[in-house]
Parts: sequence; C-alpha cells; structure tokens
Amino acid sequence: MALSMIDLTTLEGKDTPGKVRQLCFKAQHLHDQTSDLPKVAAVCVYPSMVGIAKKALGDSGIKVASVSTAFPSGQAPFSVKKDDTLFALENGADEIDMVISRGRFLAGDYQFVFDEIAAIKELCTSARLKVIFETGELDSLDQVRKISDLAIAAGADFIKTSTGKIQPAATFPVVLTMLGAIKDHFDKTGQMIGMKPAGGISSAKLALQHLLLVKEVLGEAWLTNEWYRFGASSLANDLLLQYQKQLTGKYQSAAYFSID
Amino acid sequence: MMSNTTWNLDPSLESTALVQIKPQYELFIDGKWQAPLSKTYFDSINPADETHLAKIAWANQADVDLAVRAARTAYTNVWSQLSGAERGKYLFRIARLMQEKARELAVLETLDGGKPIREARDVDVPLACNHFFYYAGWADKLLEAFPGQNPVALGVAGQITPWNFPLLMLAWKIAPALACGNTVVLKPAETTSLTALKFAEICQEAGLPPGVVNIVTGYGDTGAALVAHPDLDKIAFTGSTAVGKQIQKACIGTTKKLTLELGGKSANIILEDAPIDQAVEGVINAIFFNQGHVCCAGSRLFVQESIATQVLEKLKFRLQSIYVGNPLDKNTDIGAINSKKQLETIERYIQLGLEEGAEIYQPTCELPSAGYYCKPTLFTDVAQSARIAQEEIFGPVLTIQTFRTIEEVVQKANNTPYGLAAGIWTDKGARIFGVSQQLQAGVVWANTYNKFDPASPFGGYKESGFGREGGLHGLRAYLKFPN
Repeated sequence: MALSMIDLTTLEGKDTPGKVRQLCFKAQHLHDQTSDLPKVAAVCVYPSMVGIAKKALGDSGIKVASVSTAFPSGQAPFSVKKDDTLFALENGADEIDMVISRGRFLAGDYQFVFDEIAAIKELCTSARLKVIFETGELDSLDQVRKISDLAIAAGADFIKTSTGKIQPAATFPVVLTMLGAIKDHFDKTGQMIGMKPAGGISSAKLALQHLLLVKEVLGEAWLTNEWYRFGASSLANDLLLQYQKQLTGKYQSAAYFSID
Repeated sequence: MMSNTTWNLDPSLESTALVQIKPQYELFIDGKWQAPLSKTYFDSINPADETHLAKIAWANQADVDLAVRAARTAYTNVWSQLSGAERGKYLFRIARLMQEKARELAVLETLDGGKPIREARDVDVPLACNHFFYYAGWADKLLEAFPGQNPVALGVAGQITPWNFPLLMLAWKIAPALACGNTVVLKPAETTSLTALKFAEICQEAGLPPGVVNIVTGYGDTGAALVAHPDLDKIAFTGSTAVGKQIQKACIGTTKKLTLELGGKSANIILEDAPIDQAVEGVINAIFFNQGHVCCAGSRLFVQESIATQVLEKLKFRLQSIYVGNPLDKNTDIGAINSKKQLETIERYIQLGLEEGAEIYQPTCELPSAGYYCKPTLFTDVAQSARIAQEEIFGPVLTIQTFRTIEEVVQKANNTPYGLAAGIWTDKGARIFGVSQQLQAGVVWANTYNKFDPASPFGGYKESGFGREGGLHGLRAYLKFPN
C-alpha cells in the first residue's frame, strides 16, 4: 500500500533528462524480481523535466507531478510563478506541487497568500493542486493550522508539509496538525482533501507510523493514493527491502535494489 | 496490494520470558521470607485472562506483630543510627536495581494488575524509580530542607497501598519514609502483591539491613491489624474514602501520625477558547488512563455549551480508535479491569447511569472472551444530581455536562465531597489562574492531565484526604519537629 502512495521524487539542480528517464523506469519497475508489486503514484520533477517524464512514463498510469511557483523558495513575482505553472501544465503535468510565499505569510499578509493559491488553482483546470507549506519555516503549530485552513479554503486538493530542502520537515506534530485541519474541513463540508508529508520519511517503519496516524485521525477512506502520498526519494527501497524480508525471512543487501 | 480495505494492527505482545514468578510467596519480615503464622494463603490471578499466577501468604495479627517488631528493632538498632548519606546510598542502590529490572517489573505489573504494558513500561516503573532517586537525594539534606526546625524521624510507619499503581504507590510511600529515617511495614493490595514482593527481593539484593522494609500481604483484615498495631508511629494509606474513614477512626486517640490519599471525582473543564483537538486528547488521557483506575481521574467533564457538540463528536470519533484488549499487547490503550469485583462495580454504575436517564455512548469494539474488560463509556445529558456524576466509579466511565459561564462551572466542579484534582483547558493564561484559584482541588492541571513528577507534591482537599506525597512536602509526612 505504501509503495503505491509514493511520489518518487528527484528535485536537484543537477537533474538531467537521463536521470529523469532512469527514475521513470524505476517508477514502473520497482523491483521486477518481486512479482505483484504496485507502481508508485507519481514521479515528481521540476517543470523543465515534465515533458521528458511524461514521455518516459507513457501510458503506465503513473502521474507526472511538477513542482512549481519558483520552487523551493517561492521568492519570485507572481507573473513568473504563473508562467512556471503554465509551462508545466502545457508539458503535460497531471499534478502541480506549488509552494506558498512563506515570507508574506509570516508577515501576516494572508490575503496575498490566499489569492496566490486561488490563482494557481484556476490555472489547474484538470490538474490536481498540492500546496507546499514548508512547515520548517513556519515557526509554530498555530501557524501550520492557520495555513492549512487557508490553503484548503483557497482550493488546495492536497496539502503538503515540505519541499524536502528545509529541516525539520514532516514531523509528527506538524502532520497531526494538518490532518486535524483536513478532518475538521471534512466534518463541516463532506469534502475530502489529500495529505502529502514530504521530507525525511525514508524508512518503512516511519511510513507505517504515518499511515497509522492517517487511519486513526481521518479514517480508512484516506488510505489510497488518491488521498494520500509520500513525497520521498529513498523510501521505496526500504519498503522493498522490508517486503523482501517478509517474503523470505531474510534481509537482503541493499545492493540488490537499484538506487534509481 | 490493498486499498480501501480494513487495516488492523497485528498484536505486538511483550514477552513474559523475563519474569520469574514463584509458585508461592511468603511474608517478607526482618529481611527473610517467613511462612505466615496464619498458615493461610490466597490466590493471585491475572485479570486479563483469569489464569492463576501465584499463592500468596495471608498475614494475620500475629504476623503483623512480628513485622512491626522487626521494623522497630531495625529502627532502634540500625536505621536510626545511620547518617543521612548512608541511608541515601541504600536508596540510590535500590533505585538503580529497579531501573535494571525495569522491564521485568513492568511485565509483572501488567500480568498482576491488568494495566497496558505501555503504561507500566513508560509511566509506572520509571516514575517509581525516579521517586527513589529523588528521595535518595534528600536523605542527607533534611536539615537544609527544614532549616532551624530540627527534623527527626517518626519511627515505624505502617503503609497500605492500593491496586491501581502498585509499585508506584509503594515508591511514594517507602522512598520518603526511608529517606527520613523511618522503617516500614507495607501491606500491598490483595490483587496486586507481586511487584511489592519483587521489590522485597530488590531490597535483599541491595543489602538493605533486615527489618527496614517489611512486606505483609493479605486482605483488608491484614490492613486493619496493621492500622490497629499499638507500636506504630505513622499510618499512610492510599485507597477508598470509605476505608480511609475507618482508618481515621481507628487512629483517634493514638499518637499515630496519619496521611490519607483517598478517592476523587475530579472535574475536567474545557472552556470555549481551548485548543479542541488537544483538549479531546487530554480528556481521553484523563479518564481512560489505567482503565480509569486513577484516584485523580478526570471523571467529570464540563464543556462550555458553545463547543459542546463539536467536542462530543470528536470524543466519539476518538473513542473508535482506542484499543481495548490484552494488556501485554503494546498497541493496547485500555487493558483489563483489575478484578471481577471492580468490574461488577463499574457495570453496576453503567446500569445506574441508564436508569438515571443519561445517554450512553460506547465504541464498537470486541472485548476478549476471558478476563475482565469494560468498554470506554461516555454518558451525556447527565444531571449534577445524578449518582454517576457524584460517586467515584473508578473505571473507564466519563460523565459529560455542559455549562454557560465560568462562575457556573466553578460552582459545579466544587459541588462534591471530593477535592483531589481538576483540569482546565483554555488558551488564556489569565483564565487558568482565575479558575484554578477557585477550584477546591489538591492538584489543578492546565492544558494537560495526569502529569506526575517526584518533585511535585500530590494530595487532596476535603474527603479526598490530607497530607502530601511527593516533593519537599512529602518529607514532612515522615518527620516530626520536636522544638
């Protein structure tokens, strides 16, 4: 289940078409030595790599997610953010992972942050919008709750903890606070919002704890990749390693799993 | 691979291999295991599955007399002759040995009493160890603790502990008593004697002089014999208010110093500005911690009317993800009710609640077929005059009432013969101070509940008892100040 919820991610300045194509192959062939494995939910890349990823994934059913709006800092004029998003969409992105303007949010300019999210949402006619808070820069859980409510109201389909560039990232208190916002929104409106913790979830054990949190706070309806994703680059291999251990009773060497 | 299917936790059972339970336990008197003069034994059973654990000696008056004499001799000849620093060394040694055996003590506590292993492991045992460490540090600093007051040990203390936190309550009683220079005769509750007996083994291992700690096991008659013994200087009791009253009567006209830590019907108050998710989690902890077998349990919930519906919905949802079952399972939140008798009491109160017209809510969870279990239970539409809102149930049963103003809730919270603890949930510091000063309770927790620390005194107002245990105040209960 956890494997099918992964957004397999590469977000580095040194990403090349070759690297992205490799990642896309891995996304479809996690470990062909093991039968009946699911595919990951999506591949998450920079806008410049969307076209390449889209082609490499073909009709595999794996989504292409693109970070956007001047990821990771979000420090660019709105016109740039808009173009960034449109470029990704035109190249076929199925999902947009935008970042909020943390500076404006911390300065109390909530209207600006709201409008920005709503404007990007308008561009995403068929794509689903994930909104990244970068909670490691938001100071307190009160702020996390505030931005969660604000992003949901502005039209976020998913709320996401972090870019993966800042620590701390998806800590349990932060995730619990965001899940609480999703739960309250659902109780009030009946509308489901997705959750994506990202950054630092690299072991199967951690992933399991996160899934339990979702099950107990939101319920089992959220335990599908339609409503829950892990943003992770190295989680998949640990899941494979643990899965192999379950099957064979033995831990395999990490050398038996491809790194990307 | 699944999606949208029911996903349950596999059991994760703590191993019992570490624990050695003898088939039969004698009395621990004068540093030795002595067969009871009464020649009688009683059975200790595991409330989680009703299996037999051990046969335990049932002390009579003659046995109690032997134990008190041993304690008196040890006090006169050995313990009162030692310096505070020497006493401290023994206490530190006991604390370290308890830490070394923490896992064994935790499993034993769970087997004998039914509490979840998670609580025994993370709360009971570490806190018990910490109490010994804490009071070990005071042993040679009594003059500094009470400057110019000439603190002197009382002599021999008779101590009676309850079944809800057997080892922890033992630590609350024995650690300060020994630190202050007293010797003790302790009677654990009849359903949970095993950790006290394991503690006796630890005393032997620590080389504690014989007679400084004596453990006499048995039922209420053993406790009554202890309380009535003429050669005691101090009685310390934790348990029900009814028994506490009997003990107080028995001590009238004697020179015995007395501390009582009794029952409670503590109010947990949520104001409308409280962080609701945290408050709900706090309510769960306040009433369902240790199956509700907590004297200071937040068993009366008061919610401000403007948020009552929301809080109630969240509580009900939260109840659904509580795991009730095998206490040895590390996933378990609510374990077994301590005894059949207590389960019957709780069930009687639940029946009474229904007869009184309150609305009941229990989650849909399956209970194990053997053993004593009770679902977590909420009662709404409860009147202040209802018996379920007035009497201590000592189980996982919460009564919920609403209020409009702070003045009203303070009145209702104080409208009880008890006064042990209270909780308040609000975002405003001023309200915390305002309300807590008006509450008649020995402990008021703000935005938390059931938090304990050896440095913090604990005890009640009104019929919840008198005297304080823990902290600097806890020393006073085991000292006299002759000038």
